[in-house]
Amino acid sequence: MAPGTRMKLFVLGALALVLLLVPLLLPSAFHLRVAALVWINAVAALGLALLMGLAGQVSLGHAGFMGIGAYATALGPKHLGLDPLLSLGAGILLAGTLAFLVGRPILRLKGHYLAVATLGLGILVHLVLVSEVPITGGPDGIQVPRLELFGVRLVGPELWYWITGITLLLAAWLALNLEDSSTGRALRALHDSEIAAAVVGVDVARAKLVVFVIAAVYAALAGGLFALFNRFVTPDVAGFLRSIELVTMVVIGGMGSILGAVVGAALLTVLPQALTLFHDYEHAVLGLSIILFMVFLRQGIVPGLAALLARRRPA
Amino acid sequence: MAELVQLLFAGLTTGAVYALVALGFTLIFQASEVVNFTQGEFVMLGGMVTVFAMKAGLPLPPAALLAVLVAVATGLLLHRLAIEPAKGATVVTLIIVTIGASILIRGLAQIVFDKQFHALPAFSGDEPLRLLGAAILPQSLWVLAGAAAIVLALWLFMERTLLGKAVRATAANRLAAELVGIDTRVVLALAFAVSAAIGAVGGILVTPITLTHYAVGTLLALKGFAAAMLGGIGNPVGAVLGGLLLGLLEAFAAGWISSTYKDGVAFLVILLVLFALPRGLLGRRAVERV
Repeated sequence: MAPGTRMKLFVLGALALVLLLVPLLLPSAFHLRVAALVWINAVAALGLALLMGLAGQVSLGHAGFMGIGAYATALGPKHLGLDPLLSLGAGILLAGTLAFLVGRPILRLKGHYLAVATLGLGILVHLVLVSEVPITGGPDGIQVPRLELFGVRLVGPELWYWITGITLLLAAWLALNLEDSSTGRALRALHDSEIAAAVVGVDVARAKLVVFVIAAVYAALAGGLFALFNRFVTPDVAGFLRSIELVTMVVIGGMGSILGAVVGAALLTVLPQALTLFHDYEHAVLGLSIILFMVFLRQGIVPGLAALLARRRPA
Repeated sequence: MAELVQLLFAGLTTGAVYALVALGFTLIFQASEVVNFTQGEFVMLGGMVTVFAMKAGLPLPPAALLAVLVAVATGLLLHRLAIEPAKGATVVTLIIVTIGASILIRGLAQIVFDKQFHALPAFSGDEPLRLLGAAILPQSLWVLAGAAAIVLALWLFMERTLLGKAVRATAANRLAAELVGIDTRVVLALAFAVSAAIGAVGGILVTPITLTHYAVGTLLALKGFAAAMLGGIGNPVGAVLGGLLLGLLEAFAAGWISSTYKDGVAFLVILLVLFALPRGLLGRRAVERV
């Protein structure tokens, strides 16, 4: 078996194992709900991991795409009488189209300029969601209708655990395949040096655009799933802090690692739930944990642990 | 005419604060290539510490001095305990370290102070001055004069003192600076201290107009970062220009277009400027080496 294929099977196998074990070990409705949130955030983090880890492009406004997915899912049934699932599809299409249209000029920017442009994009989306009160419900948020498939209502934490978990598994499978494709190799090449990649014939602008659109689609899918699962969305889903959370998930887990994105998403979703124990000290502890993680495991958790294991193992 | 002058002053006043935050970003960026998102927290500390010191009975000048000292100490601690240990990490990792630090500072401020909005008395009364039919708050003039004094002092420091020249040498080429005997760690610590002081002074000056709150730092950091990028990062003149422009854009957008979308107009303009000038208004052209 080629090493690439073995790696792919290992990652998917590990994810599937965790997916099967969690309901056995933590069967309460609360734990399943938190786990479903982890899987949803992991889908968004996966897309961003492709953009950041593979292609080396940063986005500080990625929650904007999540917001588009979430609000399309909420607003389609309300204003246009569309089926929620169809609305989710429309939201994904909308986010993908927006990414496609703004992608080329934005991705021409480098480093911090790219950071501020994506930041601006996220803020614009958030601002529209907050300000267009008659359509979006404004800062108070909006109800999302129940999802029904063939006349069956999809409710209950257990069902949503599996819906989100299987979506994550599919998303990870697609991401792994992308890493292993010619586009994936082109992205790795331009990550190291755009000029060198262009010299050997990589269409740099196109490759970057492809991964930007994919990252936007992942985020919109996650946003839509969140809306359907939570049945209520507020503009916070598209806020700057959400964007930062997504970036932190990718970096804490380990940039460029698919498994890392899932671990990072798990950490940043579970940690705030656990920190509610600290009451007033919640934010201070969260900030401190982020600093400590970044200082002591700067490559991220998954690559950091992998390096530790490799050192332990006799050569 | 009156409306124009009114909006102009409103824009320049907020713009001056953005310029100070952007200047703080630029100083630290020049010395280390770190984008320090705690910059907004220094502004918050400036306002909040002054408010609480005055509540404890101190008059304004010592309270303001105390606030600047607290911000400088915070900046130095941040450098020593978070930036220095993370040396050599990637740009994105360092950004996240500073964002983690700003969440930490905000979290602590919420415990040490409270979650209320606070005001400071205006330095020289609330009676508006009349200028070409517009009403100008005297505090606006304090903000503008204070910002101008800081920019001038910083310029003199950079051009006329040995330490300032060491900072500029480090910004131009860190390795070369180290080779001629400059301790770049001291330079970076100094950059954090000065940025913190600048942010805190901005916070003290503007609190009588805008009020302060433990969480005002987030939006200020975003605006300051955007202003620094608009001007071209690493260029102090660009930072001041970017800050003033951003303030003016917001004021005129709020006055003439829509006040709900004033933040949107500012960011839309930044996007358009960057599409045309990918390195900001005054950014250097960089050549990528292969």
